[in-house]
Amino acid sequence: MSAPASLSDPVFPPLRINPELVRGILVGFIRNEVRKVGFERVVLGLSGGVDSSLVATLAAEALGPKNVVAFIMPYRTSDPKSKTDALQVVQQLGIHHLEIDISPQIDVYFEHFPDADQKRRGNKMARERMTMLYDQSWAWRALVIGTSNKTELLLGYGTIYGDMASAINPIGDLYKTQVWQLADAVGVPTTIVQKAPSADLWAGQSDETELGYQYRMIDQLLFYLVERRYSVEELKRLGFDEAFIEEIIRRVRENQYKRRLPVIAKLSSRTIDRDFRYPRDWGH
Amino acid sequence: MSRDGRLAVGLAQIDPALGDRDRNLERHRQWVRQAGEAGVELLVFPELSLTGYFLKDLVAESAIPLEGAIMDELRGLSRDLDIVLGAVVEEPDHRYFNASLYFSQGELVHVHRKVYLPTYGMFDERRYFAPGDRFRSFKTGFGRAGMLVCEDIWHLSSAYILSLEGVDMIICPSSSPGRGITTDERLGTAESYRLLCRTYAQFLTSFFLYCNRVGFEDGANFWGGSMVIGPNGDILAQQEDAREALVLANIDLGEVRRERLANPLLRDERIELTINELRRVWHERTRKPF
Repeated sequence: MSAPASLSDPVFPPLRINPELVRGILVGFIRNEVRKVGFERVVLGLSGGVDSSLVATLAAEALGPKNVVAFIMPYRTSDPKSKTDALQVVQQLGIHHLEIDISPQIDVYFEHFPDADQKRRGNKMARERMTMLYDQSWAWRALVIGTSNKTELLLGYGTIYGDMASAINPIGDLYKTQVWQLADAVGVPTTIVQKAPSADLWAGQSDETELGYQYRMIDQLLFYLVERRYSVEELKRLGFDEAFIEEIIRRVRENQYKRRLPVIAKLSSRTIDRDFRYPRDWGH
Repeated sequence: MSRDGRLAVGLAQIDPALGDRDRNLERHRQWVRQAGEAGVELLVFPELSLTGYFLKDLVAESAIPLEGAIMDELRGLSRDLDIVLGAVVEEPDHRYFNASLYFSQGELVHVHRKVYLPTYGMFDERRYFAPGDRFRSFKTGFGRAGMLVCEDIWHLSSAYILSLEGVDMIICPSSSPGRGITTDERLGTAESYRLLCRTYAQFLTSFFLYCNRVGFEDGANFWGGSMVIGPNGDILAQQEDAREALVLANIDLGEVRRERLANPLLRDERIELTINELRRVWHERTRKPF
């Protein structure tokens, strides 16, 4: 179940993309959405995984490598290979990078809560990195650029106000299997594209083991469920396992809150985001 | 239009600023100047070119009345060439319309209020706009024209009605966001519009001027692809990509006559039969007891 995706594996045909077309749109998106709000630079957390490596590559193309700041923020149990991979991307693109080991600040906090489980610690690390990115955003006058893909966002496989926080996100409408295709096409190192996806809270952790299913399978199901709006009955007729369908639907539903602003108690006739509706790009 | 029936058409494939009418008006002036220098006689801007597209609650404050100082400015743009531009029009009764306006020789010649307001998926137009209630052609210095705004052309009857009015050209200003990624060379939306526009041109034997915008609003990309299509369905000029561009085409209006001689589809069209059948369908629908 946790076998790494291989570039030689055939991609589910409806999720195949024309990488040049998508690359053009996303490079244009980054350039446009960054510059029109008065910025020239972006800052991102570079983990050495495929998502952040892809975003760094697209941002370097859009804004020039000197306008991209990559922040490498390992914890002491992170796989050392992740940092090596991140540095390879930095070097290949010629972008700025900073490195801070977040272990001391995490450990000093959890001295108060020694019984905290892995999930809690992982969420704290993600939020710690977020505060550092937003601090660097101010220091470098750079927008925080997000690296969550559509599969993660739909499954809620991310930390709210942690890795899910950003000003703009170029890959939030690409499924993981599409991220792989695009990353490969834009020159992200093959070792990064092919390695098993991991939140990297500890060496050897695997997304697909934690999720219980392979991304390739999840993306196929999400394609029919989200893009094509198949019913459960129709999904079963396609041959998807019922327990798998139920689990994915549950995850999408239960994590809806992560994809929305906090719920505001309605009192006035114009409540923010309900009947006070303005585009974010207002006047830009 | 020169004596030999030729017309220099320009499509201003621009990137309007969202909710900044003053800046957009200034940019219209620049594009009109540039088009004038290129010898353009009819210049088309995209849908809502004066305001940007995803306005939401900015609709009211972006609106202009059909009379007043701003309209005088817009009329003034058309002293040397005919212009189609897109604006939010506020009626005296405070209904807001997504409208395309045709100006010529300093005068407002025609207003088309978008009839089909997409309100599904990523679109929310009916929340903010009132729908237009007619498709009417009008006379220009270059023959008879009709305007349809973006979603209007996704309804076959819109272009069909204009064609029966005998239009030589259909002008379609658009703000179409690109979506649908596959292995194809183009976005799904671009393929669909190409199919639609070419189909209308060829089967209604009319010129078809499609002007789409470019740029990004709240993450949505506008794919450009503005094109001029002849009455035989051939694409005469197109800006395939999503860059700002002035698309130029020198069209021969005599092609309408020649095409209709070769393919007299319009002559053979059975309007009365169509009306009778539509009336029957309508009666059958409305006669249902519940």
